Amino acid sequence: MKDQRFKIAHREALIGIGLVIVNFAIWFGFAYGLGSGDPANYTYVFGFPAWFFYSCIAGTGFMIILIWVVLKLFFKEVPFDDEEVDQ
Amino acid sequence: MHWQVIVPLLLFLVIIFGIGIWSNKHIRSSNSFLQEYFLGGREMGGFILAMTMIATYGSASSFIGGPGVAYTKGLGWVLLAMAQLPAGYFVLMIFRKKFAIIARRYQAITLIDFLRERYKSHVIVILSAISIIVFLFSAMMAQWVGGARLIESLTGLNYTTALFIFAFSVLVYVIIGGFRAVALTDAVQGSIMVIGTIILLIGTVIAGGGIDNIMASLVAENPNLVSPFGAEGELTPLYVSTFWILIGIGVVGLPQIAVRAMSYKDSRSMHLAIIIGTIAIGTIMFGMHLIGVLARPVLPGIEIGDKVMPLLTLKVLPPFLAGIVLAAPMAATMSTVNALLMLVSSTVVKDIYLNYIKPTANDTEIKRASFIVTAVIGLVVIIFALNPPDLLVWLNLFAFGGLEAVFIWTVVLGLYWKKANKYGAIVSMISGMTLYIIIDRFYPSVFGMHTVTIPIVASFFIFVIVSLLTSHKFKEEKLFI
Repeated sequence: MKDQRFKIAHREALIGIGLVIVNFAIWFGFAYGLGSGDPANYTYVFGFPAWFFYSCIAGTGFMIILIWVVLKLFFKEVPFDDEEVDQ
Repeated sequence: MHWQVIVPLLLFLVIIFGIGIWSNKHIRSSNSFLQEYFLGGREMGGFILAMTMIATYGSASSFIGGPGVAYTKGLGWVLLAMAQLPAGYFVLMIFRKKFAIIARRYQAITLIDFLRERYKSHVIVILSAISIIVFLFSAMMAQWVGGARLIESLTGLNYTTALFIFAFSVLVYVIIGGFRAVALTDAVQGSIMVIGTIILLIGTVIAGGGIDNIMASLVAENPNLVSPFGAEGELTPLYVSTFWILIGIGVVGLPQIAVRAMSYKDSRSMHLAIIIGTIAIGTIMFGMHLIGVLARPVLPGIEIGDKVMPLLTLKVLPPFLAGIVLAAPMAATMSTVNALLMLVSSTVVKDIYLNYIKPTANDTEIKRASFIVTAVIGLVVIIFALNPPDLLVWLNLFAFGGLEAVFIWTVVLGLYWKKANKYGAIVSMISGMTLYIIIDRFYPSVFGMHTVTIPIVASFFIFVIVSLLTSHKFKEEKLFI
């Protein structure tokens, strides 16, 4: 018997990996993309250096929204106990 | 003595004790002592589990050590700290359903129970038990020291007295209340951590005369403080991105976190936990480390990093608010230490005592053993903590990395790869731990990468190769994965 719940679980684990990759790209990309120059030439957003604002503040906010959307759209609720499945 | 500060702290302790006593009632009325004491009867809802996860994860180093390092290194350290964001969602997404289902099917109470059923190997059980005991013991010591230092700096008591006060408070509620007390106090402590972070962040920004002002004085002092590379340019992209493995995704391999994925009530509470956990961990990690950086112009010239956070709080906040905020690192420390204590004692009781010493033990004997073991471990840690090392962060991270190197593939591949077998697991655990210790001791940053990178990558390939080479021995076995 192939447990259907595991299929769901596997797909959701893969989504988790996808989210981590997106997370890393935003965090790392903005930090070193915008932050690599001379600190004297930084631009500032709301008082923070631009790299820091996009990587650590906006990026984090974006991830939280993305995770929420992904949970709503793709994650299924399944029972944990075996008995509930057999019934 | 700052009495106005101490009153909120005492209130906090009273609440925590109350929860311990209340949980003890559940333990007395429960028909399965083990399930109740070590997993809280698997009844935890989303909010509580999100909070226990982040409270366990957020430790003294997030509140005391971390901001201290941020103080010296600048915004680059905040960037590094934000690598921890995935800890809020990744672990749950990976373990979520599958682990919860299998753990229930196996009636597993500890992570080692799962490994024992999955691999059917005594060597794995013993290796896991040893690494949990050794590494978590050192992590616990770091937390004890952190808690004691904190009380020391708040009350002016000497270190030893502070240590005993702190350790006694934790030991009492953990020993009498078990996992339910740990999870519920974690929920209180996690909330205090989030609220305390926000209050202190606002207070610091106001004290520093606004973000623009603070950034300008940082640039005036050393422009590198606002770069992603750290004050001395030591945070290279390679180091930072490999550090991500340690504190972001490698967290999957931490037993004290993984075991929390076994105690969920249903998958609905898991979904809720993912989102709450991510928001909470984002707020705490971002807030506390940023506070460390902002503290530099507000409170210049602090030489011991661990003192930045307590001193700053006392300086920028009115005493009563300071008391609430200073309860946050106390909470963080207590909640980490209680999880570790619970895990080490469940390892000793369930995985060693019940497996190898006395398999026939009845409920009364198990109960007695659990109380005694928890108490003894707690006391031994206190003795070790009497002579504390200097910087908490590193000691704590040493334990993190070691456990990750040992467990990550054994758990993850055991869960998701049919061909994973005990030979692969054993060789990978041993080589992961050996490599980690050797690299940490002798070559701390190979090619500028964080210590944990090579052990984790190498133990993955070793696991896969050995499992494939020995797969012919496991043809007939049926697996639940």
